Amino acid sequence: MQPPPLPDPILSLRHISKSFGGVKALQDVSIELRPGETTALVGDNGAGKSTLVKVMSGVLRPDEGQYLFEGREVPVNGPRDVARLGVQTVYQDLALCNNLDAVQNLFLGRERTGPWWTGFRVRRAECERRARDVLRRMRLDSIALDRPVGAMSGGQRQNIAIARSILWEPKVVLLDEPTAALSHSAAEQVGALINGLASHGLAVLVISHDIHNFVLENSDRIEVLRLGKNAAHFRSGEVTGEQVVNAMVGGKEGVNSAA
Amino acid sequence: MTDERVKELGFAQKLLMRPEMGAFCGVILVLIFFLLIAADNGMFNPDGIQNWSVVSAQFAIIAVGACLLMIAGEFDLSVGSMIGFSGMVLAIASLHFGLPVWVGILLAFVLSMALGAFNGFLVIKTGLPSFIVTLAFLYILRGLTIFMSVTTTNKTILSGMKPLAEEDWLAPFFGGEAFQGFFQWMGNMGWIETYTRGIFEGQPVVSGVPALIFWAVGLVIFAQFLLTRTPFGNWIFAAGGDAHAAAYAGIPVKRVKILMFMFTAFCACVFAMCQVTEFGSAGADRGLLKEFEAIICVVIGGALLTGGYGSVIGAGLGAIMFGVVQQGLFFSGAESSLFRVFLGGLLLIAVITNTYIRRRVIGAGD
Ligand SMILES: Nc1ncnc2c1ncn2[C@@H]1O[C@H](COP(=O)(O)OP(=O)(O)O)[C@@H](O)[C@H]1O
Ligand SMILES: [Mg+2]
Repeated sequence: MQPPPLPDPILSLRHISKSFGGVKALQDVSIELRPGETTALVGDNGAGKSTLVKVMSGVLRPDEGQYLFEGREVPVNGPRDVARLGVQTVYQDLALCNNLDAVQNLFLGRERTGPWWTGFRVRRAECERRARDVLRRMRLDSIALDRPVGAMSGGQRQNIAIARSILWEPKVVLLDEPTAALSHSAAEQVGALINGLASHGLAVLVISHDIHNFVLENSDRIEVLRLGKNAAHFRSGEVTGEQVVNAMVGGKEGVNSAA
Repeated sequence: MTDERVKELGFAQKLLMRPEMGAFCGVILVLIFFLLIAADNGMFNPDGIQNWSVVSAQFAIIAVGACLLMIAGEFDLSVGSMIGFSGMVLAIASLHFGLPVWVGILLAFVLSMALGAFNGFLVIKTGLPSFIVTLAFLYILRGLTIFMSVTTTNKTILSGMKPLAEEDWLAPFFGGEAFQGFFQWMGNMGWIETYTRGIFEGQPVVSGVPALIFWAVGLVIFAQFLLTRTPFGNWIFAAGGDAHAAAYAGIPVKRVKILMFMFTAFCACVFAMCQVTEFGSAGADRGLLKEFEAIICVVIGGALLTGGYGSVIGAGLGAIMFGVVQQGLFFSGAESSLFRVFLGGLLLIAVITNTYIRRRVIGAGD
């Protein structure tokens, strides 16, 4: 049987190396993200996952390597360049302001304002409408728009951080450990949300430590980093949790070959 | 997803949760209280009202600056020294160096805002708490003001500004009065009392609305709009609430904070310009303790000392409450030491309720 043809990668990083002083956080790492696919990035603590995401989001500049978007090498000099390409990032600590409400957080730093004679007044109604649109698309109608996010549950806060990233209709979304602080049911919701993004044609990269419950359930591919290097690459449907974990910790390559 | 916590709050509940609610109730209460005990002593006659509204307006002017700065997550304890300094700059420039009053006023604004920026810059660069940096500045600036005044003029109090201010075009915007014709007319109609003797004979006891009051109202409206309606207002809240998250969202946190230090200095300078042009004299020791009075108004107005939460309207109401109580005790002939007891008690109650309300509104999360 012929497998369906793969879409071309929208974002690919090739031969990326990045050192912090003497620490080689990334060595010759390559990764590809395809539209409509969720790629899980896994690895032990310190494997270089967050560093790779920060290179992808433009926060860090690699020492070596290429940054390709839609097949072309693009110059990346900072997070703004990457955002302009349509790549949005949800950082591990969410970076939400607890004292601001959902709408203020969604538009923080990118507020829509009226002309000068209104005193550059924020177009609150317009922002609320867009916020509600996005949340409805994410099936999150029940989030109150006008309450400080500090009063919300961890899952709701996580969802708002994700909503902020997709508010600008990105083509690629990068999520650094979106489920780490969540209960099982809240993590399932985030998983459903990510699946929704991929089914709308976005390329999604998600970091998670929860191989069995989250990664295998919610991703199409799995990219394993170990000690700053590409260690293995799997299709989620063709692998067991043990194989992934083995690749992460550097056990025997693949349980199959050991048989 | 049904979650108890996402329920919309009722209208009444929302109203009660507003930061300025406590100060609003407080103003009503003290007004009723003094209507009952001090109305006979003239506190609510036209001149009595003018008396406490001017005092309240003075508090409000410095409270507005302190309020935005506190919401942005910083303090300025050098406000009082800034008042003394900018007043002396104006007085020395016009009385000692003979510069036009408007030049002195502009010079005072430029210098005090530059010092405010320097203050903010120091806090940002050192990463030290603004409490300690501006406390140092409180002493440095006060000392420099006295030094400057003694070395140039040999005095620490300069008077004689009044005639100069009256001829100037800019000074009346600080020390003048509006609607004088209207008040004279009301006096002539017998609606407000007029003086019956002396050089003011025939003139109404309240001759107009002092410029100070316009500044207070104008600054409150401006700052409230800035804070609640513009992107910059969001940035102020974000900088004070979570500077790290704000920076990730691309907010220029440092610039926001330095600008707020400058705005606080601007407000202190407005206070000083009104004082010097209206009363005609400047003193190197003016403005003592004003920084604390400003902070008290802001806290009574519902702001949190930790930043990220507060209201300009609340600070304005706090200033009114402050002014009414201070002058009310004076009118009712109460022992003035009681005022401090009252103030301290009020401050405690305000801080406790604010913290409690904030927990309910923002959550005890962090
Ligand atoms: N800013 C930094 N400065 C110095 N070392 C860093 C920095 N960021 C990450 N590292 C190091 O790089 C390695 C990879 O870190 P990271 O990418 O955060 O791992 P992961 O997210 O997979 O747990 C670790 O050894 C870490 O200590
Ligand atoms: Mg990490």
